Amino acid sequence: MLELSLHVLDIVNNSVKAKASKIEIEIDEQVQKNILTVSIRDNGCGMDAEFLKNVTDPFKTTRTTRKVGMGLSLFQAAAEATGGNLVIKSQLNVGTEVVVTFTYDHIDRQPMGDMAETMQTLVSSNESIDFIYRHIKDQKEFVFDTAQIKEILGDVSLNNPEILLWIKEFINEGLTEINS
Amino acid sequence: MKSLAELEAIKNKIKNQVEVRRDAEDGIRIVVGMATCGIAAGARPVLAALVEEVGKRNLANVSVAQTGCIGMCRLEPIVEIYEAGKERVTYVKMNEEKARKVIADHIVNGNIVTEFTIGAAEK
Repeated sequence: MLELSLHVLDIVNNSVKAKASKIEIEIDEQVQKNILTVSIRDNGCGMDAEFLKNVTDPFKTTRTTRKVGMGLSLFQAAAEATGGNLVIKSQLNVGTEVVVTFTYDHIDRQPMGDMAETMQTLVSSNESIDFIYRHIKDQKEFVFDTAQIKEILGDVSLNNPEILLWIKEFINEGLTEINS
Repeated sequence: MKSLAELEAIKNKIKNQVEVRRDAEDGIRIVVGMATCGIAAGARPVLAALVEEVGKRNLANVSVAQTGCIGMCRLEPIVEIYEAGKERVTYVKMNEEKARKVIADHIVNGNIVTEFTIGAAEK
């Protein structure tokens, strides 16, 4: 993975496979404090303590279950390369939270990448899931909430190329706004 | 600036097309592998390009979907085309540009882009 938004796409797919109905993605860029935090929270099936213990180990998990594999270990490696870390909390039948912290200005910190395209990809294949994407840059904040979009669309499917293009541009403009 | 009012307008436009889409039983299904291997190899921009082309060209009988690992990670990004009554076509090592060519040549004009298929890649 070359950008953080690709890790997000990959890890959120774990939440999808855990049958979550609501997934919250929060990216918090605290430039002043030199910290970048990516959090993914879901209300999926969760994991038991035993599974959680080895969850970031690709060799312990890939072959026995398809639930995790390389995804979390790649994300963890990306964080640790910047002096950050990956913390995962989970409770069976309640949900899972993954919090990944990076040193903002570290030379090995991967660029954010195209979050709009990541969100577009996620919402297009998971229409029944509510996504809340919150992006904070210092004092500014942008929120994209699919519940709001679905309310406007009514019985029209979100998985329509024209709507997906609108979503991507809408997010891109929101992010440009908070970055200006 | 993109506004929610604009989204409302798109919705109303689509509502009028919905009937056409529902009747398209013989439609074409495009499936992109979107597991860790696919994502790392560049499947996301491929999917985005396919969605954009289908939207721009207003291809009402074409749907774009995602799937997990197809099992040939070294050939990712993989795009499969399913069309009723025809054999499945598997395109491998895709990128944005190739994806746009597949839409133009294969989906719109019905000519399989042989050079991108798994058959050509495995020779």
